[in-house]
Amino acid sequence: MHSKQSKWLWAAALLAYAFLYVPLIIVVVYSFNDSKLNAEWVGFTFKWYDMLFKNEQMLVAARNSLLIAIVTSVCATVLGTLAGLAMHKYKLRLLPLLVLTPIAIPEILMGVSLLIFFVMLNMTLGLVSVALAHIAFCIGFVAIVVRSRLQGMDESLVEAARDLGATPVQAFRLVTMPLIMPGIIAGALMAFTLSIDDFVITFFTAGAGASTLPLQIYSMIRIAVTPEVNAVSTLLMVLTLCLILLASKLAPSALRAE
Amino acid sequence: MALLEIRDVVKRFGDFTAVNHVSLSVEAGEFFTLLGPSGCGKTTLLRMLAGFEQPDSGEIVLDSVNVAAVPPEKRPVHTVFQNYALFPHMTVAQNIAFPLKMANVAADEIKTRVAEVLEDVRLSQFATRYPNELSGGQRQRVAIARALVNRPRLLLLDEPLSALDAKLREEMQIELINLQKEVGITFVYVTHDQGEALALSHRIAVMNKGEVAQLDAPETIYSYPKSRFVADFIGQCNLLDATVKSIGSDRMQIEIAGVGIAETLPVAGAQVGQSGCLTVRPEKIKLGATLPSDDADEVHFKGKVHDCLYLGDVTIYIIELDNGMLVETMLPNSAPGRAKFFDDNDLVELAWRFDAGHFILA
Amino acid sequence: MAKSNRINKWLISGPPLLYLIIFFAIPSLIMAFAAFRFPGDYGGLLPLIGPNPDTGANELLVTAENWRDYLTFENFGLFFTDSIYVELFAKSFWYAGITTLICLAMAYPLAWLIARSPKKYRDLMILLVILPFWSNFLIRVYAWMIILGPQGYFSMAINQVLGLIGIGPVQLMFSHVAVIIVLVYVHLPFMVLPLYANLEKHDMALLDAAQDLGASGWQRFWKITWPLSLPGVWAGAALVFIPALGMFAVPDLVGGTDGIMIGNLIKQQFLDSRDWPFGSVLSIMLTLAVLLLAGFAALIGRGGKRNAL
Repeated sequence: MHSKQSKWLWAAALLAYAFLYVPLIIVVVYSFNDSKLNAEWVGFTFKWYDMLFKNEQMLVAARNSLLIAIVTSVCATVLGTLAGLAMHKYKLRLLPLLVLTPIAIPEILMGVSLLIFFVMLNMTLGLVSVALAHIAFCIGFVAIVVRSRLQGMDESLVEAARDLGATPVQAFRLVTMPLIMPGIIAGALMAFTLSIDDFVITFFTAGAGASTLPLQIYSMIRIAVTPEVNAVSTLLMVLTLCLILLASKLAPSALRAE
Repeated sequence: MALLEIRDVVKRFGDFTAVNHVSLSVEAGEFFTLLGPSGCGKTTLLRMLAGFEQPDSGEIVLDSVNVAAVPPEKRPVHTVFQNYALFPHMTVAQNIAFPLKMANVAADEIKTRVAEVLEDVRLSQFATRYPNELSGGQRQRVAIARALVNRPRLLLLDEPLSALDAKLREEMQIELINLQKEVGITFVYVTHDQGEALALSHRIAVMNKGEVAQLDAPETIYSYPKSRFVADFIGQCNLLDATVKSIGSDRMQIEIAGVGIAETLPVAGAQVGQSGCLTVRPEKIKLGATLPSDDADEVHFKGKVHDCLYLGDVTIYIIELDNGMLVETMLPNSAPGRAKFFDDNDLVELAWRFDAGHFILA
Repeated sequence: MAKSNRINKWLISGPPLLYLIIFFAIPSLIMAFAAFRFPGDYGGLLPLIGPNPDTGANELLVTAENWRDYLTFENFGLFFTDSIYVELFAKSFWYAGITTLICLAMAYPLAWLIARSPKKYRDLMILLVILPFWSNFLIRVYAWMIILGPQGYFSMAINQVLGLIGIGPVQLMFSHVAVIIVLVYVHLPFMVLPLYANLEKHDMALLDAAQDLGASGWQRFWKITWPLSLPGVWAGAALVFIPALGMFAVPDLVGGTDGIMIGNLIKQQFLDSRDWPFGSVLSIMLTLAVLLLAGFAALIGRGGKRNAL
């Protein structure tokens, strides 16, 4: 009786999935196409990957991205975890506002305000300014994941630890920490991906001094569509896929936290 | 012809047969109950009556029409769901108006009929509340009002009292009986609670493993269970294994191994030497330190108190017979100044009328 | 105890609070203030602090007499006098609105299907929705540049069909259509997730009850499922509309001159024409628009929540 209805639903859902995946598959397929144009299939080749690994600018950008992402995820995880704990434990007004607003507003607003700020401080725009900006917007994501983990935690566990003789610090270290660890790991991975992925805020805060992978890709695709971009895109997708697999190994619930 | 006839209905889910060749009929105006343990098929049967499941074979005839393939929204049958399924985004009045709107009843008529039925279930002052602002009992009444408002031919109730606490449940039982009398609509009630079934129903179909084990009035089901399952499921019952010794015209003698001979009502189809069990309800057994043993209408045995359960109004005594068999009896604590009559290991005598028990052939 | 508690509170909330005050609150306030200043001679802002012509020492140049040379409402005046800016805002709202509606139309059946699927498949189906979102944003835009580009099979196919009915070849790339397709593509998961989270919690017994009481398939949807899913719809709409409104990379890459949005104008003011005060005005206007929308959504959300739980 519901079969007709669900046939339509399935059709709509498959269409949506196709809409999500076909473009990415096209990118991957063309990265192996032996033609400068992303049009006709000519033949299989690795030459775009080869060119990529000889592209000095691209390698520097990749190194910069990685460096910024690591620094960002470490700092944002520490600060975000503290923020998540504080928001869960205390009734605060200012902190939640400052933590959540950067997530809620369009990225460009944060990008331009940080640009003005760094210029006013006479700071040379570069790796440091980009990392500082990335940390600022990643704190919120980590804080949300950690807080939701804390909210899902049974309060009486900490009380039980205290009852059995643990000091507040011991209770935190031995009970709370291990329980919210999946949330912290998820937050760290999220900060890493957000940072390595970020284009808008980086665009405004990087200046001429530093290029990251997204900036490099942007400048390439603005000029022309070239298979080298397909190759770097494919590699980036593989990297993210590996990160997700790692996340599901380290903290199975981390993926669901999103 | 009966209002509802279920004819040889079968429903399978994969390998599992939920309803196995069930046939029964329900008369107009009846309070009919499907009783059984979970998984016995009673809910599946109810869902087939509502139209949420289609029988694999067999007919469901309502008002002389086979409705087996009619979708739920087209049947003059409404359901009171187990957790009420009140629409959380609608007020009480909007919930109750829902079936009328679906039936395209005129707006002003909806208004009067909603007001009427709210009156019936004593919820007039709650018309503009939302379901989450009501107590459990109030929600229950809204669910019933919603299902009754456009006068279905059949009202199905799926364990409607199971979410309520014991005290409220008893109140609601009385309300349900009165409501059914008032509106005169046929109720088909599903429950696993035998007390509820006995208290509410005109007739009960006891179900087990997808089949109707017995269909009778509550008193008959209680006093004369047709099978071990029914005897065991309904109330407390002693089941004493025995074999048929001799069969007379109005009595039958059976032998309980190691204890003695007992008399009971004859059973159709019984043959000498056949085994089975005698069912006797605890409250039908007399208990005393000594009892007169000369009454030919009584079955008489000796035993020893094995356990006592003091329940306040009554005490349950578990008596051990000579062969080690345990018999449960129950005495009201009616003697003033005395908490109970016997203690563990007291020697006692027990007796019951020959027609208090009932023999079930194996 | 109470004192150590307060110390703990500051130890925990202090570092993130301090960081966000420095790198979020203060920059935002500086930008808000910049909207009232004049642009500098070589772009940026006209400095408020500079060397005194007499002494050469750095000091505050603004005084009670000359503050009009440093502070102004002119930038706001410019925004409202030239209609192209208001029109650009309206166009951006239009793009974001269409994007939200298309996302809703695509996400609803998908979210519904996932929510009704057997539990063991649901996580996987949701993961498949999120997965593309984990790939780089620019890659996702780039993918559509290939598809919509004049040599792409999709473009060619469409033009062949149009050619059959006698309509000349159209360019998909660098058009409104391209901007909206890509905006939908990058935001779709944000609509699916809240919708799914909402629909998954629906009590199926409610639909049975509605059917039992005489509601047909469509009636069950419009009277029960849809009103109960409104909190999810609003959450998804906010998550799609707000970032779509402020987007600059998508119109920049696939919109051409026709498809620009507020974000492009802001970027232009800051990086190309270097008129920071006016760029700040535009940013403030965008912020106000977002705040208004967020407040509106929260208001509706609260109304919906009262009845839905």
